[in-house]
Amino acid sequence: MSSDDHDHDHHAHNAPESGAALRVKALEAVLVEKGLVDPTRLDTLTDTYEHKVGPHNGARVVARAWVDPAYKKRLLADATAAIAELGFGGPQGEYMTVLENTPRVHNMVVCTLCSCYPWPVLGLPPMWYKSFAYRSRAVGDPRGVLREFGLELPADVEVRVWDSSAEMRYLVLPMRPQGSENLTEDELADLVTRDAMIGSATVEYPSKKASTTPESAA
Amino acid sequence: MNGIHDLGGMHGFGRVIREENEPIFHADWERRVFALFLVAGRQLSNLDATRHAIERIPPERYLASTYYERWLYSLETRLVESGIATRDEIDAAQRKLQTPSAAGDMDSTVERSAPVAPEFEPRARVMDGPSDASSEGSRKTARFKVGDQVIARNLNPPGHTRSPRYVRGHRGTIFRDWGAFALPDSNAHGLGANRQHCYSVGFSGRELWGTDRPRNEHVFVDLWEDYLEPVRVRSRAVAPRAHGAKTALHRVASVAPVKQKKKLAPAKMKQVQVPKRKALSASSKAVTRTAKKTARPRKRR
Repeated sequence: MSSDDHDHDHHAHNAPESGAALRVKALEAVLVEKGLVDPTRLDTLTDTYEHKVGPHNGARVVARAWVDPAYKKRLLADATAAIAELGFGGPQGEYMTVLENTPRVHNMVVCTLCSCYPWPVLGLPPMWYKSFAYRSRAVGDPRGVLREFGLELPADVEVRVWDSSAEMRYLVLPMRPQGSENLTEDELADLVTRDAMIGSATVEYPSKKASTTPESAA
Repeated sequence: MNGIHDLGGMHGFGRVIREENEPIFHADWERRVFALFLVAGRQLSNLDATRHAIERIPPERYLASTYYERWLYSLETRLVESGIATRDEIDAAQRKLQTPSAAGDMDSTVERSAPVAPEFEPRARVMDGPSDASSEGSRKTARFKVGDQVIARNLNPPGHTRSPRYVRGHRGTIFRDWGAFALPDSNAHGLGANRQHCYSVGFSGRELWGTDRPRNEHVFVDLWEDYLEPVRVRSRAVAPRAHGAKTALHRVASVAPVKQKKKLAPAKMKQVQVPKRKALSASSKAVTRTAKKTARPRKRR
């Protein structure tokens, strides 16, 4: 990562005891004093979102849908209930819809007005999802944005962009990659990336990060 | 409000930068403000008022802030506006922390003046979903049904709204009915939930951004009933109606209505072949910093 390249959304990360850090401490002191916050709860909460909730949850949902047609059917019909079957739910996931990518339709998700995101299945959003660049451009120039992610969609693939402007939260069900027929559900879940479930990537097999050797393992 | 937060369709923010191996939080204070936001935020206001507090950040400050700085700003704003604490109290707490000797015993000297409030409650408790459509103040019956042509009303309220500017005045098709939800425009301002149906409305990219865009791009936006009005006239014989929809209806007349309805009907979006690649307009390329590397603007006449 090169922080020089980052936009405004990014500039103040590692500032030492900066204005923001000081303000947060002061705010916490006031909130505790007023009885609005129990400081012991705060660590539990951040631990949840740093270690328990994340894209690995969504990957379980996707992998299950790939191997279990009945589950996939339920997922597309009532995503909130089907996701709850796997034990996932909570704030910013009360109303879920799953969008299925096909060879003819590619879905991608944005929140132009703030940064709404399906926390229970994807965790907290990455910087790029919250960036002004993505929020401003995804609805008007989706193919251009996807190209910057290295995803060049064929011209005949329809692009559907979903702006999370209300309470519905969206999860993209990516296409199962060719060659993955013999993988187990766990192995499939390992292939599924956060970006593929937002719609800014596809799922690759062998995965891009892995070696480029042919899929002899499969 | 037509605020800086309403970014859809704006140019000039450059490329989307993706950070490899990104941490969940980039600093300890971000971690802390996130937790404070969840625990205390719920007690200060509902989610709609929370969002509105972020939208009211002055534009120049909004643009210069990080995501969690905006959350911090929102918390401070709501704390003061709720009357629970004054700006002076917050400032005093900061000064106290800046004094080395005092900073250490800040936490231990704090006396709680009130019992600790309950945990952050999920949104569902605040804003009932489809099953609650019959509760007081809600509209029991949906005004629109799937497949209906609608226009996003040209509304410009100075307060909170979730109708993005880029859809206003444009024609779309009801794709799904999500059921009844509290209307942000009233809920954010303490004017009641005013529950009403909220729909996924599909707009063609060409309708929103112009006819030089590919035919096979669609944007789906979730819009409350009050944001929408029906399209009753689909032919060229458009007569402006009484309640201020003149611009929108004129737009309908000027945009080819061909196949719109079919294309957006659920589960049978028709595939439209695009003979030539038209994915990027020249203008959108121009704002891309590295445009010359990735794509070449095509001259348009």
